[in-house]
Amino acid sequence: MNYIWSFLILGGVFVAAINGRMSECTQAVMDAAKGSVELAIGLIGIMAFWLGLMRLAEEAGLVRYLSRLLKPVLKPLFPDIPADDPALGNIVANLAANMLGLGNSATALGLKAMIELQRLNPDKKTASNAMCTFLAINTSSVTIIPATVIAIRASAGSANPAEVIGVIILTTAVSTVVAITAVKLLERLTIFRVKPEGEQNG
Amino acid sequence: MADLFSGLIGTISNWAIPLLAGGIVLLALTRRVPLYEAFIEGAKEGFNVGVRIIPYLVAILCAIAFFRASGAMELLMTVISPLTNLIGMPPETLPMALVRPLSGSGALGVMSDTISTHGADSFVGRVVSTMMGSTETTFYVLAVYFGSVGVTKVRHALYAGLIADVAGLLAAVWFCRLVFG
Repeated sequence: MNYIWSFLILGGVFVAAINGRMSECTQAVMDAAKGSVELAIGLIGIMAFWLGLMRLAEEAGLVRYLSRLLKPVLKPLFPDIPADDPALGNIVANLAANMLGLGNSATALGLKAMIELQRLNPDKKTASNAMCTFLAINTSSVTIIPATVIAIRASAGSANPAEVIGVIILTTAVSTVVAITAVKLLERLTIFRVKPEGEQNG
Repeated sequence: MADLFSGLIGTISNWAIPLLAGGIVLLALTRRVPLYEAFIEGAKEGFNVGVRIIPYLVAILCAIAFFRASGAMELLMTVISPLTNLIGMPPETLPMALVRPLSGSGALGVMSDTISTHGADSFVGRVVSTMMGSTETTFYVLAVYFGSVGVTKVRHALYAGLIADVAGLLAAVWFCRLVFG
């Protein structure tokens, strides 16, 4: 993340200097800074609503039930999470919201899942295998209802706005399978392995 | 048929949240959960998370804005376009492929732009729609999700996400070619 972030900034400054687009850059960065807080403010309300609702679902036993129900699918993906842990239920809730194209609500549920995964994470500064797997599946986005895409196509005068749904489902299936394969292979590589406690302290 | 299908999925999207909220409240009521207190407790947690992610949002969105406004994005496109031509990816879809992992609103802009130039029912329009619908804003998701819990070493999550993005973008081109010719 350090490298990517500095690449984006330094690359930006360098190219802007050559292109003479410094003032555009200044404007864009200021707008982005302002926009990200506006985005977050909008998200706060939605986060509060969903996490409130999820607390109800948790105390009513729904989250645990969901975890247990999908155990056969989730166990091989997240071997480190205890079988009836609420983390699994929250992961399911996020993936379901993603599939339905619920946007910000999906983000809220996803952040809740991250909190649960962090509770199980022995090293709070380093991503756990379960977190990496969860995010790989999340970012490859198992979509079944691409509502935004259909809306844009309809407004652009497409004769058949929904014709891409089939292709989108196929594509998303491929990218999800690749994501899971990649994350499972990469987690075994030495450079990505989590160092045992002793080594880190010593 | 297609109209019926898109109508149906529209209905599901619209009904999902109210039905879910009603169902959860009903279930909690029958299980004698102290409803209101539990909701407020959870909402407080949600509020805190919402505030906690602000610095991460600012960091990632500003860096991306910088990169795009400077023209570095166009430069990157020129550099890698021979490679994408080689694998049969239409050059008009390259902006989408590059913006998609970085920024959701940016990708939405690129999609609208490409579709209004080439037409929604053109091959390019369909590929761009598929790319938009089938991949996610990997950088943004990683920055915000990891940021919200204070994880700084993301290990292999970034690489796995990017590999999946590339697979998704290529699959979008191939499946569109297969289905729409």
